[in-house]
Amino acid sequence: MSELKSGSNLEKVLKAGHFAFTGECGPPKGANVEHLVGKFKHLKGNVDAVNMTDNQTAVVRMSSLAASHIMIHEGLEPNFQMVCRDRNRLAITADILGAHALGIRNMLCLSGDHQSFGNHPQAKNVHDIDSMQLINLVTTMRDKEEFINGEKIDVAPKLFVGAACNPFADPFEYRVYRLANKIAAGADFIQTQCIYNMEKFRTFMKQVVDMGLHEKCYILAGVTPMKNARMANFMSKFVPGMDVPDSLIDRLKGAEKGKQAEEGIKFALEQIEEFKEMEGIAGVHLMAIEWEHMVPEIAERAGVLPRPVV
Amino acid sequence: MRLNYPSEVKVIQVPCTGRVDIIHLLNAVEKGADGVYVAGCLEGECHYLTGNIKTRKKVEYVKKILGEIGIEPERVEMYNLSSAQGARFAEIAREMTAKIRELGPSPVRMNDPVSEKKAA
Amino acid sequence: MIVADRKSLEEIQEMIKPHRKLLIVGCKGCVTVCNVGGSKEVEILASALTIARKKENNEIEIDTTTIERQCDNEYVSQLKETVGNYDAVLSMACGVGPQFLSEYYREQKFYPAVNTTFFGGAVSHGIWEERCAGCGTCIIHDFDGICPIARCAKSLLHGPCGGSSNGLCEISKETICIWDAIVAKKIEQGRLEDLLKVRPAKDWRTARDGGPRRSIREELTR
Repeated sequence: MSELKSGSNLEKVLKAGHFAFTGECGPPKGANVEHLVGKFKHLKGNVDAVNMTDNQTAVVRMSSLAASHIMIHEGLEPNFQMVCRDRNRLAITADILGAHALGIRNMLCLSGDHQSFGNHPQAKNVHDIDSMQLINLVTTMRDKEEFINGEKIDVAPKLFVGAACNPFADPFEYRVYRLANKIAAGADFIQTQCIYNMEKFRTFMKQVVDMGLHEKCYILAGVTPMKNARMANFMSKFVPGMDVPDSLIDRLKGAEKGKQAEEGIKFALEQIEEFKEMEGIAGVHLMAIEWEHMVPEIAERAGVLPRPVV
Repeated sequence: MRLNYPSEVKVIQVPCTGRVDIIHLLNAVEKGADGVYVAGCLEGECHYLTGNIKTRKKVEYVKKILGEIGIEPERVEMYNLSSAQGARFAEIAREMTAKIRELGPSPVRMNDPVSEKKAA
Repeated sequence: MIVADRKSLEEIQEMIKPHRKLLIVGCKGCVTVCNVGGSKEVEILASALTIARKKENNEIEIDTTTIERQCDNEYVSQLKETVGNYDAVLSMACGVGPQFLSEYYREQKFYPAVNTTFFGGAVSHGIWEERCAGCGTCIIHDFDGICPIARCAKSLLHGPCGGSSNGLCEISKETICIWDAIVAKKIEQGRLEDLLKVRPAKDWRTARDGGPRRSIREELTR
């Protein structure tokens, strides 16, 4: 095994060739630590690492850095998310140093949803650097032990660096190139947007494999189980860059009364089964949004338990 | 054909309604007119192609301004009719006069002793 | 040009509430071209404010004038004889105008009648769009003449983000995704590889972030 970049559990699981399984958790809209810790118990032991979202959809919440630290304290491994919307390069760099100091070893680099979606649409956004440059910044800090201004760092932060990829945003033909660019910028792993259009995703992954990108980076397929047909309809119509085929909406609608959630989970399980076999896919990133308590059951039924100890 | 229309209506002729500008309509209100309307050609029949359509937009803009400063936007209107529709012209004059009568005197004139005198 | 929008009449009325004798000054520069603060708009505003004050039975005397450019003291100085005759002056120029006027006539009170919005141009009659963010380091040639700093909601240098859908930006159905356009143009011209590199973090010192900017042309200074 080659030398570890950060030594995080997620990195070790992936390097060892296991099929990774990551979860997601949103910090509270307040300082309610109890509520946050409550969510952890559904995730602990069922996933390799948990993404801690950063003011997701531009709605203000407890800082992802603080919440990630609490997570470590509770015995789970965070994947600290960072968006470029809310911080300039000074704050970004400082938070990366702080994250490492607090024991955080994974970080996901994002541009961030536009603030007009959130609860502070009046805010000034930052976007000093973009997600591509953020990947470059954090990997430069780790590998060259330098800040992006070229100054040396006294004890460089060692993080396992992730990036997002949305194969369903437009223009489709460019998406694989943008992914290649993120990998060139230094991304160690990729977590995709929620996948529903499997056919389009297969086409995308074929391009990824043809370009050999899966050999340079671990790609985790994004899965969010649908709770009901209404959610599917909403995502299809109102969430930009989300591709929900009508066939899935119909399938959920066709489920027996009170069984739509079960149908949504079944679809997610079928997806996970396919991802296990799909060339180029190294794991699944399960985003059970405000549905954390379903994670143990989904993990169990997906046959990904127990999680490997590496 | 001799058609009667209300004597309160004072006609100002222009070569095309396109010549009517925002400031002309505002000036009329400013100087104490209770209402102003533009009688343009039928849409699609402007001799200068789009004069009447452009002026309809100007009329809408004047209505917006009046609304913003608390004057009834209905005091300003745009009508379309052809030069052959004499009866319609008289009908519009009566219609507009009745509407303005309902709205009452312009608040601008009410507070302006000078224009009040002129109007009297 | 610099594009602006007139402030609401409500806001302007509130600003000038205490005043009874007002001068409205237009500008023949950008705001004339974008139909917001030229001689025509000055007259319209004067008339609207006069009507409003007549209605309130609180009459105001308004004079109007439009000068060549309010961003140039040579023209600003032309108001020397008259500016002192008013309680206040309402400028219909971009944000530069009322500042130049205030600096030149320190005793007088100046109000902005417009909100200065962006650097742009008219894409069709009555519709203006932003094109430049004035960042001080132009790189549009790298993007085939399209500026992602001004025209991407996130000023991304490596777009389009995951919110790009059917050529539209995630922020609204009225906003095109400029990165979609950049990629389309690169593909069309067979130069996609231009985008496949990681650009270094932008140096924002030349933008507003470096502090208020100043441009000195030695050959012109006296």
